[in-house]
Amino acid sequence: MSEFLQQFLNGLALGAIYALIALGYTMVYGVLRFINFAHSDIFMVGAFAAYYFSNWFGRFLPPSSVLGATIITLASMAACALLGVVIEKLAYRPLRDRSKLNVLITAIGVSLFLEYAGQLWFGADPKTFRLLPSQNVHVGDLVLNSNQLIVFGMTLILLLALRFIVMHTRIGTAMRAVSFNHQAAALMGINIDSIISFTFALGSALAAAGGILYAMNYPAIDPLMGVLPGLKAFVAAVLGGIGNIPGAALGGVLLGLVESFVRGSRFSTYADAIAFAILILILLFRPAGILGKRVVEKV
Amino acid sequence: MNTLLEVQGLSVRYGVITALQSISFSIPKGAIVTLIGSNGAGKTTTLRAISGLQKSAGGEIRLEGTSITGLKPHELVRRGIAHVPEGRMVFANLTVQENLWMGAYLQRDRQAIRTTLDFVYATFPRLQEREKQLAGTLSGGEQQMLAIGRALMSRPRFLMLDEPSLGIAPILVKTIFAKIVEINRQQGITVLLVEQNANLALEVSSYGYVLETGRIILANESGKLRQDPQVRAAYLGG
Ligand SMILES: Nc1ncnc2c1ncn2[C@@H]1O[C@H](COP(=O)(O)OP(=O)(O)OP(=O)(O)O)[C@@H](O)[C@H]1O
Ligand SMILES: [Mg+2]
Repeated sequence: MSEFLQQFLNGLALGAIYALIALGYTMVYGVLRFINFAHSDIFMVGAFAAYYFSNWFGRFLPPSSVLGATIITLASMAACALLGVVIEKLAYRPLRDRSKLNVLITAIGVSLFLEYAGQLWFGADPKTFRLLPSQNVHVGDLVLNSNQLIVFGMTLILLLALRFIVMHTRIGTAMRAVSFNHQAAALMGINIDSIISFTFALGSALAAAGGILYAMNYPAIDPLMGVLPGLKAFVAAVLGGIGNIPGAALGGVLLGLVESFVRGSRFSTYADAIAFAILILILLFRPAGILGKRVVEKV
Repeated sequence: MNTLLEVQGLSVRYGVITALQSISFSIPKGAIVTLIGSNGAGKTTTLRAISGLQKSAGGEIRLEGTSITGLKPHELVRRGIAHVPEGRMVFANLTVQENLWMGAYLQRDRQAIRTTLDFVYATFPRLQEREKQLAGTLSGGEQQMLAIGRALMSRPRFLMLDEPSLGIAPILVKTIFAKIVEINRQQGITVLLVEQNANLALEVSSYGYVLETGRIILANESGKLRQDPQVRAAYLGG
């Protein structure tokens, strides 16, 4: 039983991180109907931003404190939000009216650019990342890592904040309007470009948070660290129903759980393969994703 | 005559197809003007060019003497142009109330938004009853009311309607047209009405233009157009 609970908690923590990345994929898909393949690298840049910020400014902040970590995290999220906005403006916007394939290929190019520029600037060698000291917390038979608790707490706060923005603010409602129909939204006086920028900022900030949380629970970071979690988060977004925000969160958590349980079983070598196989199965029965609705693609 | 909107030599091309061939017309302040024509004549294209959804290939559009050619749709909303598009395009994933709020996207004065909302609800009480309902679940007629109400939320000077009668039961069409006249009278909003239902359109409007394959072939007072043999034969069923 406690073995089960342990895997469950590990899976939940992993899934929370997938969820944070998956949200960016799904939101951008919502407003632009395209997959931003560079998103996984924003996740990586988020971790590196926190790494460098704590090296540069760490001594001005209370060391190893929640306050210091919070400031560094917020700064990294802001930096990635800016990066996301710049990427959209420079690389994707000029291709807005072209075929989707052009943007998709450009996104792959941006992704490779970030990965190899990362190797150039940050160095290809893994760097140890330590924002907060980790402590083990024992609850009965369960061992909880303090960093895992931070993952739960922070993900919950971010999800609630996102929900509030999307459902209850003017700009969030405009985001939903834009994702329904650009032209109708424009006729309301909504500046489509600003809403798209805002969406990129939001998604990238969440990915940065995910990157930092991921780095806190793994020994090291490197410029290619985004590739696999990014791929899984993308699958999570599709699993939840691409374009559907609660779906992305759900898909992420589900994927994390499945992966964790398979890893804890005797098939652990095949963890990724089995996790993906399960997803393919689910998609066979619900092609539009768990929460996705079958919609006729608009032209 | 005090002109609100003036279109001069407007042309629109879709690739090799010329949808509008240098059309010119003007709309007096406070009037209801109609644009009639058969399928594919270019009516929708005309409205889309005015509201900035469609790039023009030439010509000029002026609002109260100021050129607005080439402005983006959201900039034109700020100048007081509202466009109820063909097919309504209500935000199906938003509630009725959220749709109306989006209509007021550029309005900052909460009190004024409230007043406009009250006016919209008074005009279409059905919308208030369905306030919390997703717009996608409204009936076609209700969606049309929502599309008009949403356009009114931007407090426009100039309202363009693209076939508000499309797919709606005749009895409701009468109601909606009566509302359009009421909006025009009470709020002093100038209206450009595009319609297939030429009979009704010429009844509520004071002036009409007839569009055929991208050209304006007739322009006259609505009463006279209704007597015109050519119009009667082609659009009023003889
Ligand atoms: N996006 C487009 N691409 C190519 N051709 C188009 C496009 N939109 C309209 N057209 C063409 O332009 C012409 C005018 O179309 P428009 O939609 O303006 O007609 P309409 O008068 O509104 O017709 P209806 O009464 O059927 O709505 C038509 O021949 C149509 O086929
Ligand atoms: Mg039309």
